[in-house]
Order: sequence, then C-alpha cells, then structure tokens
Amino acid sequence: MSVRSFRIWRGDADGGRHASYRLQVRPGMVVLDAVLEIQRSTAPDLAVRWNCKAAKCGSCAAEVNGKPRLMCKTPVDALPSDGPVTVEPMRTFPIIRDLVTDVSWNYEVNKRIPPFTPKPDAEWSIGQEDVDRMAEFRKCIECFLCQDVCHVLRDHEMKSQYFGPRFMVRMASLEMHPLDTLDRRELLAGDGGIGLCNITKCCGDVCPEHIKITDNAIIPLKERVVDRFYDPVPIAARSFRKRLPLRFR
Amino acid sequence: MAVAHERHDYDVLVIGAGGAGLRAAIAAAEQGARTALVCKSLLGKAHTVMAEGGVAAALGNVAPEDRWQVHFQDTMFGGKYLNNWRMAELHAKEAPDRVRELEQWGGVFDRTPDRKMSQRAFGGHTYRRLVHIGDRTGLELIRTLQDKAVHQGIDVFMECTATRLLKDGDRVSGAFAYWRATGEFVVFGARAILMATGGGGKCWRITSNSWECTADGHALGYDAGAELVDMEFVQFHPTGMVWPSGVVGLLVTEAVRGEGGILRNADEERFMERYDRKRMELSTRDVVSRAIYTEVQEGRGTPHGGVFLDVTHLPAATVKKKLPSMYEQFMELAGVDITKEPMEVGPTCHYFMGGMRVDAETGATTVPGLYGAGECTGGMNGANRLGGNSLSDLLVFGKRAGEGAAAHAASAPAPSVDDEQVASAAEEMTRLLSGPGSEDPYALHAELQDTMQTKVGIYRDREGLVSALESLQWLEERASRLRAPSGGKAYNPGWHTCRDVRNMLKVSEVVTRAALLREESRGAHSRLDFPQYDDDWGRHNVVVHRDGDGMVVERRPVAMRDDLLSLVDDRRAAEAR
Repeated sequence: MSVRSFRIWRGDADGGRHASYRLQVRPGMVVLDAVLEIQRSTAPDLAVRWNCKAAKCGSCAAEVNGKPRLMCKTPVDALPSDGPVTVEPMRTFPIIRDLVTDVSWNYEVNKRIPPFTPKPDAEWSIGQEDVDRMAEFRKCIECFLCQDVCHVLRDHEMKSQYFGPRFMVRMASLEMHPLDTLDRRELLAGDGGIGLCNITKCCGDVCPEHIKITDNAIIPLKERVVDRFYDPVPIAARSFRKRLPLRFR
Repeated sequence: MAVAHERHDYDVLVIGAGGAGLRAAIAAAEQGARTALVCKSLLGKAHTVMAEGGVAAALGNVAPEDRWQVHFQDTMFGGKYLNNWRMAELHAKEAPDRVRELEQWGGVFDRTPDRKMSQRAFGGHTYRRLVHIGDRTGLELIRTLQDKAVHQGIDVFMECTATRLLKDGDRVSGAFAYWRATGEFVVFGARAILMATGGGGKCWRITSNSWECTADGHALGYDAGAELVDMEFVQFHPTGMVWPSGVVGLLVTEAVRGEGGILRNADEERFMERYDRKRMELSTRDVVSRAIYTEVQEGRGTPHGGVFLDVTHLPAATVKKKLPSMYEQFMELAGVDITKEPMEVGPTCHYFMGGMRVDAETGATTVPGLYGAGECTGGMNGANRLGGNSLSDLLVFGKRAGEGAAAHAASAPAPSVDDEQVASAAEEMTRLLSGPGSEDPYALHAELQDTMQTKVGIYRDREGLVSALESLQWLEERASRLRAPSGGKAYNPGWHTCRDVRNMLKVSEVVTRAALLREESRGAHSRLDFPQYDDDWGRHNVVVHRDGDGMVVERRPVAMRDDLLSLVDDRRAAEAR
C-alpha cells in the first residue's frame, strides 16, 4: 500500500479546474478504481461514466497524464510515482461535467453510414480468412479514444468534414464484408472526409483493442477511393493530395 | 402540483438496450409500432457486451446430429426441470433462425472449414453448439443489433433512467424517467411497455456484472404488480478473477474450458473428477461453482483463494486466437501470461435465472400492457442456466416480446397518464436529491453487498437467510432516509445510486424470501440444511408478487406439456443410469 496523489479535472461547460486528492492505493488498482474510491470517500459528486470495468464496453475513456486511455485498463502502478496522476475528460468532445463528455456526435455520424446490405439471395458461405480480416475492425468497443486523439477533430475541430477514425473502421468492416453490395466510396471521399486524414497514426496508438486503424482500415479505404475517382493511380494520388488544404498534404 | 417535465408518447416503450431490448425494439418497429428505446447508459454499452463464449443454437454445423430436441433436453436438464417447458421448447426451435438472421444483418462469426458458422463446446451442451467469434461474441451481437436498430426509425433516449412505471387502472400506461446529464424529468406515455433491463448482480460484492446491473426491471415490474418467478436461483459463474483486488469477480469465460482448459486445486489435483466424472470441467455451472467453493473451503485453494485454470498445455497460438481477450485481460490486469502460467479463478455472481413471469409466446407479464424479455424475465432457464443460452434467449424472446408488445399496442387505447402518479414519482426523486435524509447511498450499497455475499451466496441455510432478512429490513428502513451526498442535478452519481439502491434492496428481499421458502437443494440454490433434491419441490416454482405493501411468496406448479413429456422422461432416465 502506498499513498498517491491524483489531480482530477472538475467542472462543466462553463469552465473548471484541477482538484487534488490523496488516496491509499492497493496492488493492481486501476485508475478507475481510484476515481471511484475518491467518489465514495471524499468527492461524492465526482461525475464519471463507466460500465463494465473490464475494458469491454469503452465507457470510461479519459486522458490520464495527458494520454487518451481507458481508466479501467490503466494500472496506477504503471504510472510514474514521482508526481500526481492527472485525470482529465476527453478534450475533443463537449464537457457535461467533470470526467463526462457529450459523445452524441459519434452516434449521429454512425446513422449516416448505410448499413450492411447483402444480395437478396446471397448464399451464406464465408471463409475464415474473410472473418479474420473483418474481426480486427469488429473488435472496436466505441470508446472514441481514436476520435479524441485525431488532430483533424481535436485541433482543427473539423467534425463537420470528417467522420473520424472510428467510422473509417466501421466503413472498412462493411466494405470488406464479402457479401456486402453497397459502394460507400463516394461517401468516404465526400461527407466522410477520408482525404483529411494524413496518416499520422495517432489513432491506432491509443486504441485499447490494438486495431491498426491507419494501416488496415484507412489506407486501404483511401486506395479504394483513389481507384474509383482518380484512375490511373499515380496521377490520382498526386491530384488527390493537391485538393487538400496545405497542412494535410 | 404540476411538475416540470418533457412528455413523449409511443406505441411501444422499450426500457433497456442490451441484446433483448435492441432485438425487441427492432421487432416492434418492424410491426409498424412507433417505438422508443430508453437506456440508462450509452447505446452499445449494456452488459451484453461482456458475454464472451457464444450463442447456443442447434445449427448442427459442427455436429450434424444436433437438433432442437437435444438442445431442449440439455436446457431442461441444466435447469433441473423447473424451466417453463414451452419457453425452453421455443428457444431450442427458434435459436437457429435468430442466429442466421443476425448473420444476415452483418454479424460476423468464426467459420468451419466448409465456410459455415463454427460452433464450440460449452458446459452442459451435448454437442458443439455455441456460435462465436473469438471470445467477444456479446460485443458482436450488440453491435450488429445496434447498427440494425439505428436504421429502423426507433427513437433512442440514452443515459435516461426510468424510475417508475405509471398505471392507468390495472394496466401500465407510461414511465417516469430522468435525464442523467441534466437531471430533468421525462414522462413517457405508452400503449405497451417492454422491460429488458437485465439482471441484478450488483446486489453482491463479488460479481461479474456491470455498473448498471441493479435489477431495475425486476423492481419496477414488481412494484407495478408483475409476478416474479424462480428468484431464488442466482447463478454464480465458476470462474471469475480472484486477484488482483481491483478485478475480483471479473469474468473468465467458460470458453476457456470449452477450448480445453483444466481446473486444478493447490495440490495439483484435477478435482472435477470427484464432482462430475462424466462432464468434468464442462459440467453445468452450478456444479462447477460448488466444486470450486468446496475445494477452497476445505483448504485446497490457491494463495489468492481460488483454484487454478490452466491452458498452458494448448499451443500459445491457439490460446491467442480463440481466447484473445482472456489473454489480454490477464496480461494487462494481472501481469499473467496465460500461455505460460495458470489463471487463478473463483465463483462470481453472474446471472439471475429468475425474473418477471411471462407468457412464452408473447412475453406478456401478468400486468396488462407490460412485457418483458431477457434476464429480467424468468422461466426459460429454470434452476440453472447453461452457458450460451442467454444470448439465444434474448434473441428468441426479444423478438417475440417485441412483436407481442406491438400487437398489444395496435389495439390498446391511447395512453392516459395520471398527474398524481407523475407528481409522486417526481417527489421521490426530488426528496432523494434535496430531502431531509442523511443516509449515504454508497455506504448502504456496500452493506447490502456484504449481506448478500455472506448470507445469500452459493450455499445457504435457514439461519443465514433469516439473518439476511433482518439486515435487509434494517437497510430498507434506513433507505427511507436516503439522500444524495451532494445536491446538483447534472450527472450526479450519488443521486443515481440512491435510486439503484432502492431497486436492489427490494429485489434482494425477493431473492432471500424465495430462497427461504425452497427447502431443498436444486441447481443454483444449495441449502446446507436441506442438501437433497425434493421431488415435490421439483414440480414447483416459487412465485413472488406484491399485495398492497406486503410481499406474497408462494408455490406454483411447473407448467409442463404433454407433448414434451417423452423427451424429458428420456433425459431423466439417461441421467439416472
């Protein structure tokens, strides 16, 4: 048992500040345990969103020591002990209160993606290799940490122009389903805004499910978009980049 | 006095958005009902995401000899013949279609070499029967249903918590709810209400259950007059993590044993040989939980108070492919590489077999206009649920209840909401926020969990149960003075916990009273003072309902069916051999 310091952001849409707490931590304790114990003992009104505490639902996304993480999957022992543990809400989404943000925008985006549409008389014969490819994308627990870290959404606030990494993953799972019949490339290139991603790969780095978002979802989708709209490919790749604002090339 | 609130009217109001609620809402919307889905968490976060091993359906893809009759027999044997026979029959017959339908909606499952859905072995299932994807089948199920539902014109109210059902005479006519983000009140008028709120594992200290599993549907349904059945049967899953302290109770999927995992005690003994030589690790959950509990009690437990679960004899690649989230869970939360070291596991409160008594065909409860599906209903699973049968249960009966509620709504009058009931429901919430009380909801919850854990656990006896009732009455008395420790309305966790604790206290009392009445041991209900099966009890369910402010606990004959009798008799005879 050791005593650790926690700096937790408290406030609402009108502003806030960090509050400091000290807590006896037990072996194996994760950041969410610490936050809930602080809630039970000294700060009963501390708002935090969580469900499973097993890294399966993706509810407890926050920024721990400045890094987007699931609080339930971050052992306190793994964080540097020479300073306090800082816990802040995801910065990309509007604050509701304390560590809770309004992530409803993501649900609106999801509705704009045309659902799985198989051939009416499809024979349901699928190989394991297809399943393995889609399974990576289907692992997504919608914690929205990738949306939080994506600089197009976070720094440039271009939510109206880019669906974000989570929904590139969703589109990839649909586009790579062997029995799906729709072509979502126009949506990807247009409202989806896939061109705005300049493959810095920050999204995959924070994914708690270790989905290789950029390499396995976004880049293959970019290639499909390029194939469709800008053939032959080499010219297309160049002209595609020219259409982007400078900072995204 | 008029209370400020927003008002929405629907044909069908579904409360709860796990697998059952989503499937029910899709079914109701497909029938043309104007449908709303109210859930206390964000959409897609419900406890269904935690289901790991698979969904049971007699597709016969891996074992061609499998058929619905065998799935029915397995379910009845697992439930120790207390199941609602018609529900077990419909479930076994319809699960294959519900699973195929899921695939047609975009669900992705592991395959056989001939490109069909693969199926894995699980406790109590005669054949390899569980359709799965790795060990995250629940997530696949909920995401598939979620992505289907959002294109059905269903209105979704996220982080909106129903606190009371409203009635017009005998029938339900609406629900009172509040928005978590703002604390503002919402009144729903509805021609039919469908409860799909899941279970109540949070009544126990060691549980695999999510934050939201607080038996809300059981409590709201009971208050509205619904009958609850089989409430004494609470499933303790044999394998939860026992270490480190932060993750005690966290589920270790049965798929570990389905893929060949072996249980050993601290003496390196494969102890299941002494409890069920025939099925070994893949015995039913009630048997394996009691076995582990007994090993630990008798001094053969591991240093952290569990037993070993070992997959180190399997190829590391197989473990990582078939059990990826288990590999990750132990690596990240316990620092254990399960391909090299055994896991330490012990029983954890997991599932309510009991719930609102419903009509098998339509999901109708005994209250007109009130329907139910999934874990908040009872009957399907009897005295013990087989692994894999909950995901199939919620698909089969989610669809049926959604259609049942829509059919009822089509001929029901427009909902009439009583202002007095609304005022009373609002007053309750306001008092919990700013009334004169001083009882702390977090402390009360912790005391409730300790009571249930120590006195209404895997093994019970009269003395412990009576003592539990006394503790619960003392807690209920204090609960009348509950108040949130802080007074803001916006996203106030203490306020929310006040309401949850009331539901959990009520349902804990129901469980305890039912457990006291059943003087025998059967399935998940083990009485130290009545350790044997009792044939007469084997033909009766316990039903609990409200009479004024009193709680009525009574015996009812099991609903059997002549046309299924030979199947059941065959199984009984086979097990007796």
